Order: sequence, then C-alpha cells, then structure tokens
Amino acid sequence: MSEIKKIKNLKEFSTSADRFEGANLLCPGCAHSIIVREVLNATNDDLILAASTGCLEVCTAVYPYTSWDASWIHVGFENGSSAVAGAEAMYKALKTKGRLKQPDRTPKFVAFGGDGATYDIGFQWISGCFERGHNIMYVCLDNEVYANTGGQRSSSTPIGASATTTPAGSVSYGEKKNKKDMLAIMAAHGAPYVAQVAPNKWKDMVAKIQKGFAAEGPVYINAMSACTTEWKFAPEDTISISDLATDSLVFPLYEIIDGTQLNITYRPKNIIPVRDYLGAQGRFKHLFTKQYEYLIDEWQARVDAKWEYLQRREEASV
Amino acid sequence: MADTFELRDIEVWDGNMAASHALRQAQVDVVAAYPITPSTPIVENYANFKANGYIDGEFVMTESEHGAMSCCIGAAAAGGRVATATSSQGFALMVETLYSASGMRIPIVLNVVNRAIGAPLNVNGDHSDMYMGRDSGWIQIDCYNPQNVYDMNLIAFRVSEDHDVRLPAMVHQDGFMTSHTAQGVKTLSDEVAYNFVGEYKPMNDMLDLDHPVTHGVQTEEDWHFEHKARQQHALMTAVIPKIQAAFDDFEKLTGRKYNIVETYNMDDAEVAVVCMGTSVETAEEVSNELRAQGIKAGVVGIRVFRPFPLEQIAAALKDVKAIAALDRSSPHGTVGALFNELSGALFNTDTKAVMTNYIYGLGGRDLTKAHLVEIYNDLKANADAGKPTTPLQQYIGLRGPKLSFF
Repeated sequence: MSEIKKIKNLKEFSTSADRFEGANLLCPGCAHSIIVREVLNATNDDLILAASTGCLEVCTAVYPYTSWDASWIHVGFENGSSAVAGAEAMYKALKTKGRLKQPDRTPKFVAFGGDGATYDIGFQWISGCFERGHNIMYVCLDNEVYANTGGQRSSSTPIGASATTTPAGSVSYGEKKNKKDMLAIMAAHGAPYVAQVAPNKWKDMVAKIQKGFAAEGPVYINAMSACTTEWKFAPEDTISISDLATDSLVFPLYEIIDGTQLNITYRPKNIIPVRDYLGAQGRFKHLFTKQYEYLIDEWQARVDAKWEYLQRREEASV
Repeated sequence: MADTFELRDIEVWDGNMAASHALRQAQVDVVAAYPITPSTPIVENYANFKANGYIDGEFVMTESEHGAMSCCIGAAAAGGRVATATSSQGFALMVETLYSASGMRIPIVLNVVNRAIGAPLNVNGDHSDMYMGRDSGWIQIDCYNPQNVYDMNLIAFRVSEDHDVRLPAMVHQDGFMTSHTAQGVKTLSDEVAYNFVGEYKPMNDMLDLDHPVTHGVQTEEDWHFEHKARQQHALMTAVIPKIQAAFDDFEKLTGRKYNIVETYNMDDAEVAVVCMGTSVETAEEVSNELRAQGIKAGVVGIRVFRPFPLEQIAAALKDVKAIAALDRSSPHGTVGALFNELSGALFNTDTKAVMTNYIYGLGGRDLTKAHLVEIYNDLKANADAGKPTTPLQQYIGLRGPKLSFF
C-alpha cells in the first residue's frame, strides 16, 4: 500500500502541488473547487479521474483548455462512475498481463458527480459499480440542486428550498420532498467505507479521503458543496455558510465502515439553531414569513431526530 | 498467461460462438457487457472461457447496456483492447454512449446481433438496431454467416485500433439466423489469429501516468463543428483503405477473400438485388436459378455499411437496368435507408436504373426464395419497361393488404 500523505496545517495544505488548476470557470465562491482540491491533495499517488456532466465538468475541460494535471475523462451525465470503473478494470487487466507503463505505481481511481448525477440520473450506474466492487472512490459534490442548468430540483434538494422547478409561491413553499439519504443507501451496498464531508472541516475531510483511498473496494464520499449561485449567499461566505451547515447539524459529519460501523467524526461545541442556517440563504427566504414559518420548526425537529439516530447508531455499533 | 485453446481446422460454430472465440483470440483486455437476446451466448461463452483459464483480461458484467458501453469507453481510454456485444433494446439503451465513443475517437469492437426493436416486443432478427446506429459515427461491418463473424471480428480490431482511424467498430450478424445457426467455420490457431490482430498500441492512454490526458471535453459553437468534421473525414477517408488492406492481408493468410462491396453474378447483370445479412446468400442462390431461366440476375451484398462505400456501390451497379434495395427495417416516414443510400450513390452517375424499395423480414419474418423470385420478376418488368411498373416501396412477406406506397 502507498504511503499516507502527512499534512500539518492549512498553509502547507494549500500550497501542496495542485493537480487541479485554479484556472477554471467555476463561480467565485464555488465549494466544488475547494472540495476537489482537498480530495486530490490528500494523496501523493497518481490519479485517474472521471467527472459526470455538470458544473465541475463544464468549467474545467472546455476545449482547448483543461484544468486537470491528472488523467481525466468525461462521458455523460449518468456514467462517471462506470467510466472510471472501466479504467480501473483496464488497470487490473494490464497489471495481470504485465503491460503497465509504470508498473511500480498504484493510481487511485476517483469519479466526481453532482447530486443530480448521483442521487438522480446516475444512481443505477453507481449502484452497479458498487455492487461489482470496483476499487474506486465516488465523490458526490452535493449542492442539492441542478446548479449547472440553472437551479432545478434534484432528489437531494431539501424540503422548503425554492428551486426553479419547485419554486416557492403564494400556494407553495417550494420543494416538498425530503432529501434522499444517499449515505445510507451506499452503506447498504456493503461498501467498505462511506462518509459525509464538508470543505470547511478540511482535516476531517482529508482523514476520510485517506481512509477511503486505503480501503479495498468502492468508497462513497458525500461532500456538501455550498452553492453561492443557487443557495443565494455572497461568494465570500461559502465557508461561513458551510460552518452553519455543520454546526447546526443539518450536515452531520460521520462515516460508516463496512456498511455497519457508524462513527460521528465532528461534534459541534455549540450546536446552533437550524433557523440560522436557513436564514443565511436566499433559497429559504420565503420560510421566514407567517405563512410558512412552521416549516422551520419542522426542519429543526428533523435535524434533531437524525442527530439522535446517528448517535444511537454509533453507540449501538451496528 | 491465458491457456491456448486448441481448435480444429474447422469447428462447428454458430455466429455467437464464432464471435466469442474471435474476442478470446484477440486477447481483449476488458470486456464489459450486459446480456440480451440473441447476443447473450457471446458473453456466456466468454465467461466460460474466463472461468476455465483461457482469458486473462477483465470481464465486467454491468447493470445495463448503457453501463457496459460507459465502462468500455473508460477502459479503452485507459489504454487497452476493448470489446462487447449487444442487440436490439440494449443497443437502443447504448445509443447515447455510442456517440460518445466515436466522438472521443475511442476504439472498441461491438458485436451487434441484429434484432427488432419494440414495440411490439420481438426477440427475432431484423436490422432495426443496425439502422439505429448508422449516424453514430461507428464503422459498421456486416456478416452473412458464422465464418464472416469470426473473420470480421479479427479484422474489426485491426481497423478500429489503427492510429489513423481510432474509431469504434460494430460487427453485425443476423439474430438467430446467424447467431444461433451452427455451420462449419474455418479457424486460425490462437497464435496466428492474435498475430493478425496485432498488439494493442495505446494512444492518449489515461494509464500513462507520466502523460496525463483529458478525454471528453466540451466544445461549443467555437470548436464543435471542426471536431465533428474531422471525425467524419476520418470515417470517410481513412477507414475504407484500412479495411481493404486488412482484407488483402487476411486473404493472404487464409485464402478467404472479402470485398468492400460483395458482388455475385454481377458481371453482365441486368437486374440486381442489394441487401444485407443472411439475405445475401439466399439472393445468390435465387440469382443462379433465375439465370437458368434467362433472367440476368445479380446480387450486391453490403459488407461495409458505415462508412457507406458510395463509389464502390456505384461501380458495382453501373450497368444494371433495375435495382431493388431490400431494407430489413421499417423506415417509418420515408423510403428504406438502403434505398436512400443507393440513390445517393448513383444520383450523379450515368446509371439510370429503375430503383425500387422492398421492406422485408421485420421481426424475424422469413425471406424465402419465392419472395426473391417475386422481386426479381418485378425488376425484370421494370428493366424491360425502362420505368417503374411497381410501387416505389413494397412489403414482401406481409399478410393482408399490400400497404405499399407511391
């Protein structure tokens, strides 16, 4: 197994060699680039990357330019997982046949996809790859909306968010369905490692990415990616919004090992009200009216119940 | 190291088994596939070879045909030999990724065991899936029997992977009529077959870790047009000479001669049937019988459907007086695709043959010798009259009213 990269502090982290260039077309303040850099910088190993159609893809590989200093492939919206799985299968074949050009090196295979590509259209392909046990890492850049195409709802969009296909209006509070629990679904595939991460908690994230790279088999990482454009907050507030998400426990940070062992990896010292998280984003603005205010209490109750559930799972160790 | 499979000089194989052995002998690095009738035995046979030590490449059974081709693209871009198989509905599900593979200039060999596309659901052979792929940017090579399937697979790898081509290739055979009908197939030893296909030579391979490469970029109005034009240019100019060169080498190796356009009884033919798949051999037999009756009947078989060999087809048909294009796919809204292709090939030539179109064999309906006699009789009447005496498009073998048009 390859050596685990040691990173002491944020300065060292931010100046380590980039295989994802700052020269890209992502929105100022987009969390995608922060997450991608954190994933890529977590290892010194070679990387073979795939991306599904989406913000990351259209902003980093517009001919004749590329932002990638590692091999990278995009095929379609739904199949980044299968594309990188194919590359991983080829690696195994060429290794068996003694035809690798650099036989002493062990590349890591990583696919990135947005929540639309992951929770919705690419779900079947991801499930297939995980069932087959490819040695790949799938990272969902979860911004809870089809951001690349202008803010349509996905099955990751949370209740009450106003999206362009579930807009808030005089008789609607926006999205009506609860966010799909992808982490539980991927853990149920028996994946050796799944984890939820957030870019503001970079040490937690790097540790999880490194655990994922060390695991044998398919690894799922659900990365919260605050979207300045569709969540409607100022571009300079990406990290503070992310802090509100993790400290209100709207995005609890935890991992599940071998499909059963759940560990909470971040416990906020001061848990802040969900109201503060919702209030910081334009997509929830309409909840702060008399008509829809009751939804904020319901939100808090759901987050409390999930936190309780996660703690019980952790205690029970099942 | 995979074990050598000792073959007899002539094996009794159906088309599926012929394809499976060709993939095995080509030492494909990754096969990613999803089973669908009637192509299923190709991957079943392959799995059996793998389970018994005859294959040391990877075999990935995916969750769908779309996933299979997606995997194939990733595998081929990584830098090795890739193949798969499908039919019908599975082919339809793959279509999005077929365009990706050709647009990304990724060599892959896809065995398409031709089958109807529903609705109504139908498992039998027609050319609906093959026709669905005709604008996808793939090379499409057509087989008439299991021997063709074996030979064309070996040839397809060579052409597809050629660095001047770098385009994926389909090898077509008729569902059940070829895929499940056993015939004598002349074989090559594993070593000879592999040497003919050649070592895979990677290009822009993702697994060359010292030379990272970006595959599958976005191009808008600034570059998309140039990209697609170059893809089309490669398909139209590079492929036919490479196939011809492969045919020439193959003939030297085996004595089996293939042609870009297959012709039979065409030297002095006055009337010609143009068709694909298993119908070609039936038409050949009928043309012999009709010649005994004084009708100068010939047959043109399409061997390479994409790129469509416009010049070679025009040359093959230049002296005939009446031509029937036989399409085994419902054209839905126009004349059959083969009729259109032939019209395009002949339009600016001196050939003034009367052209008619026959739709036949949908959903596995047999094309009998009697049907072909009927067609040749129509052609004879058209040739004698020097103008159409029959409707432009007719159904052959259809029950009930004729339903022809024009």
